[in-house]
Amino acid sequence: MATETAVLPTRSRVDGFRVLRAGLIVALVVAAALVPQATQNQYYLGVAFQAEMLMCLALGLNIVVGYAGMLDLGFAAFFAIGAYTTGILSTKEHWSIIASIAPGVLIAVVCALIIGFPTLRLRSDYLAVVTLGFGEIIQTIAINLNQTGGPTGIYAIPALTIGSVVVESNTGYYYVFFVLVIVFAIFSTRLRGSRLGRAWLCIREDEDAAKAMGINTNHYKLYAYMFGAVLGSITGSLYAPALTAISPASFGFSESLLIVMAVAIGGLGSIWGVMFGAAVVEIFPEVFRSFAQARLLVFGIALVILMVVRPRGLFPERAFQGLGARVRSRLGRTVVSPLSGAGEALVSLPSEES
Amino acid sequence: MTAVLETDHLSLQFGGVNALSDLSIEVGEGALHAIIGPNGAGKTSFFNCLTGYYKPTSGAVRFQGAEVTGLDAAKVAALGIRRTFQNIRVFPKMSVLENVLAGGHLRATSNLLAITVASRGFRRSERTLHHEAMASLEFVGLADQWNNLAGDLPYGMRKRMELARVLIANPVVVLLDEPAAGVSSVEREELSRVIRRIHDRGTCVVMIEHDVDLVMEIATDVTVLDNGRIIASGLPQDVRTNPDVVRAYMGRKRK
Ligand SMILES: Nc1ncnc2c1ncn2[C@@H]1O[C@H](COP(=O)(O)OP(=O)(O)OP(=O)(O)O)[C@@H](O)[C@H]1O
Ligand SMILES: [Mg+2]
Repeated sequence: MATETAVLPTRSRVDGFRVLRAGLIVALVVAAALVPQATQNQYYLGVAFQAEMLMCLALGLNIVVGYAGMLDLGFAAFFAIGAYTTGILSTKEHWSIIASIAPGVLIAVVCALIIGFPTLRLRSDYLAVVTLGFGEIIQTIAINLNQTGGPTGIYAIPALTIGSVVVESNTGYYYVFFVLVIVFAIFSTRLRGSRLGRAWLCIREDEDAAKAMGINTNHYKLYAYMFGAVLGSITGSLYAPALTAISPASFGFSESLLIVMAVAIGGLGSIWGVMFGAAVVEIFPEVFRSFAQARLLVFGIALVILMVVRPRGLFPERAFQGLGARVRSRLGRTVVSPLSGAGEALVSLPSEES
Repeated sequence: MTAVLETDHLSLQFGGVNALSDLSIEVGEGALHAIIGPNGAGKTSFFNCLTGYYKPTSGAVRFQGAEVTGLDAAKVAALGIRRTFQNIRVFPKMSVLENVLAGGHLRATSNLLAITVASRGFRRSERTLHHEAMASLEFVGLADQWNNLAGDLPYGMRKRMELARVLIANPVVVLLDEPAAGVSSVEREELSRVIRRIHDRGTCVVMIEHDVDLVMEIATDVTVLDNGRIIASGLPQDVRTNPDVVRAYMGRKRK
């Protein structure tokens, strides 16, 4: 993981903390990979892959809300664009699912440009209203157009085929989204460790000061919005074959709100945080199903408490960063420099060519 | 002396109120130009006009002979005119190191493919930038703070971090808005040393400063503003004894 966190120039030095953390990550990934082996219960598997799907969406929205600090209340629109593009192309034009991802992404990017260009220079609260409207418009179009199947939507979407492998079971889609989550997480980490990620954070923190860094703030806000659109659309394109049927009801304001909640609960800007947040948002209401109607109330109360107790989410950006340094100072080591020693940098330090 | 930065009859109005009137200033190569004047004289507004934050009502700003009036703030910064802010503006939830890296934004790789695959070229260029960021922090004496959140730094250190953030861009001109205001006398010594070193390495410095002793000590030129007008300009020792200046500025209470 070259860009995970401060990688030492001198690789030979063994750092206990880094080993421990790498071990934890591997354990987590392996455990998640074994979920389908642990249960054959289709209901559990369904919930699990819905959670992965929400993680993908949350990682996409995290670029817009978490990194660039722009409140987007219509993110499900891009999810819908991907899902409908794939749904239409695969059922009516007999495209393969994989091939239909690209046109979905293209349409999502064009929409992001059309919506974003005139509005992103507005302050965040206006933006929230405009994106909310955009989400409603996309849903309304889906309900009223013949090509999108009206209120009933599109059904009998063919299975995803990768080479000669046909993905049909819940287990299969669990693994498809498993890979997608990992790809999105690595992509987000890479962006975050580059000048794009830095520019987005600067804009989030102080837009006027960002300009003094030479950052073209309008362009960078648009980039964030477009990257979010791309990730949202790809997720939608794979969601369509996973459910085999899509309808406008899945892409409304409540879906957008779930994604925002996932990002806010986990911790704005933190990749581990938003993934965890997505899992909580998806799984919590399922676990409390026995409460019937009251479960959403319970969830709401838990949310309010969380936002009061931890306003920056469960795992905010630097939740773990300080830890490395703290552990080291306990061990009597000091953090000298990101370049020379056991540094625990907030962002990636590119490693020496190995 | 050729002018690096120059304004030509620059005026700025806020709803009929003249914040700046007819300012013509020339900042020559290698100058350490101080701008002084009482509160509300228009010093910060002048900086804002130079850096694209305000659009002057009339007049022109020229940088190395080319007109830059009314350019967007990011474009001005890209040209090599960098500034600090009177009410320090750090990115609080980013580390000190990342704040400085942000200052080097335009020097970092923007090739999306290289970033996505973490290519050798990308890693090399980021490494170089990290080294330079650390060197800038070293320059202002903050290297050991690199991993702290900028928002957690005490006031004086934030001021120095803002300087490091400016320096990593290798600017042609730096505009410092009251770099020594509100800091302890120890910090003030440190800051004046850093400013002098910036000047020594050939960077043009324009500095707004209330501390007259500091100005007299390090400036090569002084311009005095009052009510948006220039009331005196020239060498520090000449300005100090100018009767208008004494009346308008020195006579009043300092901030
Ligand atoms: N955005 C603005 N809108 C309206 N008036 C403004 C604006 N910015 C500055 N002014 C006015 O312009 C005048 C000059 O202000 P400026 O901040 O430039 O003064 P200054 O010399 O930097 O003062 P100080 O020493 O207090 O920093 C003041 O009267 C101020 O109220
Ligand atoms: Mg001022």
